[in-house]
Amino acid sequence: MIQSFIEGNEAIARGAVAAGCRFFAGYPITPATSIYQQMLQLLPPTGGVCMQGEDEIASIGFCLGASMAGLKAMTATSGPGISLYSEQISFAIGGEIPLVIVDVQRLGPSTGSATKGADGDIQFLRWGNSGGMPVIVLAPVDVRDCYLLTIQAFNLAERYLCPVFIASNKEIGMTRENIDLDTLTIPEPEVRKPCPADYSGRPFAPLPGEKVPPFLPMGGARLSRQTSSTHGEDGYISTDPAVIEAGILRMQEKLLSTVGDFTLYEYDGHAEDSILMVVYGVTARAAKTAVRQLREAGDKVALLILKTLYPVPEECIRQHLHGKTRVVVIEMNLGQYVREIERLAGNIPVRFYGRMNGELINSQDIVLKVRS
Amino acid sequence: MTSLLNRERPPVFCPGCAHEAVVRGLDQALEMLELPGNQVAIVSDIGCSGLFDTFFNTHAFHGLHGRALTYATGLKMARPDLKVIVVMGDGGLGIGGAHVLSSCRRNLDITLLILNNFNYGMTGGQCSATTPTTGKTSSGFLNELEAPLDICKVAVAAGAPYVDRTMATGRELADHLADAIRYPGFSLIDIWGLCPGRYTKRNRVTLAQMEEDIKKSSLTTGPVAANEREEYAAHYFRLAGSAPAASRPISVAVICEAPIRKRCDVLLLGSAGQYINTAGEILCLAGMSGGLHVSQKNDYPITVLRGHSIAEVVLDRQPIEYTGIGTPAVVVCVAAEGVARRKKVFATLSEESLVVKDGELSLPDTGARVIDIDFAGLKIRSSEQVLAALAVVAREGSLLTYEMLAAGLRHRYSGKMLDEALAVVNRLVT
Ligand code: SF4
Repeated sequence: MIQSFIEGNEAIARGAVAAGCRFFAGYPITPATSIYQQMLQLLPPTGGVCMQGEDEIASIGFCLGASMAGLKAMTATSGPGISLYSEQISFAIGGEIPLVIVDVQRLGPSTGSATKGADGDIQFLRWGNSGGMPVIVLAPVDVRDCYLLTIQAFNLAERYLCPVFIASNKEIGMTRENIDLDTLTIPEPEVRKPCPADYSGRPFAPLPGEKVPPFLPMGGARLSRQTSSTHGEDGYISTDPAVIEAGILRMQEKLLSTVGDFTLYEYDGHAEDSILMVVYGVTARAAKTAVRQLREAGDKVALLILKTLYPVPEECIRQHLHGKTRVVVIEMNLGQYVREIERLAGNIPVRFYGRMNGELINSQDIVLKVRS
Repeated sequence: MTSLLNRERPPVFCPGCAHEAVVRGLDQALEMLELPGNQVAIVSDIGCSGLFDTFFNTHAFHGLHGRALTYATGLKMARPDLKVIVVMGDGGLGIGGAHVLSSCRRNLDITLLILNNFNYGMTGGQCSATTPTTGKTSSGFLNELEAPLDICKVAVAAGAPYVDRTMATGRELADHLADAIRYPGFSLIDIWGLCPGRYTKRNRVTLAQMEEDIKKSSLTTGPVAANEREEYAAHYFRLAGSAPAASRPISVAVICEAPIRKRCDVLLLGSAGQYINTAGEILCLAGMSGGLHVSQKNDYPITVLRGHSIAEVVLDRQPIEYTGIGTPAVVVCVAAEGVARRKKVFATLSEESLVVKDGELSLPDTGARVIDIDFAGLKIRSSEQVLAALAVVAREGSLLTYEMLAAGLRHRYSGKMLDEALAVVNRLVT
């Protein structure tokens, strides 16, 4: 067993390169800075581009430009930077531009605590775009996930032409762990489907029966159009409600109807379990310990660790809610994802436990909460 | 070559709008340069000038207000062979000011056309960054309060290697544009024109007077000798080409079995400059050499050269779940700053925990077994104390062995540094 010793941020950078990332732009911000520093080590020697924007708006804008030229691109920041990204995130959604966006969350609100962790941006990532369109959010638990989910994030961005968030946390990003990189099962890197030469060349027209348009790169032999404004399949502004609706619904459906294909989670439970614990992110680690302790004391408790947070993997959650009499949702915030669980739980009572003081939730906290 | 104008989408500006003249001028310039449409990308933002990309059969990238230069930058770095032309108004200039300045400093081969008509046309004639204080706008008296921006002067000061100012309606517009596009670096043209839809309704401006004003501004146009330098993309790829290959992460092989039977949490408490984080890393590498799972977090103030420095390390035979510190098995104390930061922990310790500390440090009450090291007497420098303390922990043998610690050091250091570190350890182990 040969082990490496790296932090979550480095794992994200190395995962990005393994996924084929060729362009990174960022602006220094604790606790995400080391992703940028790593990309600066990794990309230039192999001909890739790593840039430091004048601000976060520029950094993500550079990525949008590079992605439209066909490069796999990533940017990384923390809460204050996500705030500045917002208008460009909306553009990436509406313009169907593949991009991986890492949020190494820090304790908020606002500039908050640069060196303390939290999962306080979860609903912000989901809803922080004008128009409220669905997005993909993946949440790593540890260094291994940082590596693997980053590759998944690139694949999903390429497959669905959309921004994909990695909701990391200072407590994962800046924590170093041992990891055996060589024995990981790496997902096969995907590339966006190019527009067939005999196809229309309308940049937002999917092939028959598909929901995602084939990609026409900016700078290719055939002309491509990109626009942040409401557009038809030809990429020109449209005011026709039927055209607008068709485009909007297609963008919604391309993610909502396929989430079953990318529902990433871990479930540890037995048929007779009556309590379901739902967690994500770094909190999942203490939850694993808590579940063991609860079981040793005779509690029938199951653990669902969600790694695909959005679109909400409703089928997966419903399936694991089935047969339970009680649900406990634990988050490193004041209660964000619990809303999704509550609306799916029906008559099953849902209890929330969370904390936002910069400290990790530990297993004793969780055990007490489940027992009370 | 033929025109690149999109015949299906003729310009839709108000009659007499300067933008229309720039559309024709740009088309002529592209024709003069014999550029096919698929080698050109027009990047635009919001406002009447944001319609520009729709009139041409070129690649087109229309984005958010003031951000056109950001997309153009990424696009150009990804495709340095593409002609990238950015069109924005004086509105985009104002809201995207940081991007304009940075583009001047960066010198990426992009041409920026500022369609300057001294107000926000599309939203109803509000004042912009270039509105004269004497102008009448729908912003009431507000433009009287702010000095108009001379973007050409600013661009020169910001390092733009090519700056020009011309009239939208001038006969030489196409030549000006072709020269700017041809220039192998960042070029900016401030193109003055009329907005009959809004601005000239309220203000008596004539073309002759504007031309006169341009002359009076006595700007030297074209290449700015003092700012000419290597183009950004060429420069980037030249330097990137000689960047050293990135190092692979450390590979640690298991060389022995660690003595611990259960999870051990370790706190290293010190101050800035004492290599606390490095010691934490060495401890983890030592643990990995003993076949353990490890995690490390550091805690230090943002002013990295002052105050506490703390490493939190977890060692376990199982994969580590919770990465916080519970009741530590070992606490190393080499500075009062670190001890003060974690003073609450000492009361929680029983004799099962080991504290290794600088003999001169006083601790809060604790039930832990305490070993003092006489750093002063041993003449061990502050920067080596944490390593010396780890050597004492290794000597005690319950957390790690000497073999593991030496292996950890070998992964972290080499040459003289390694010899020095091993020497410190050897003094305390034997
Ligand atoms: S409002 Fe002004 S800038 Fe806009 S089209 Fe009319 S004249 Fe041109």
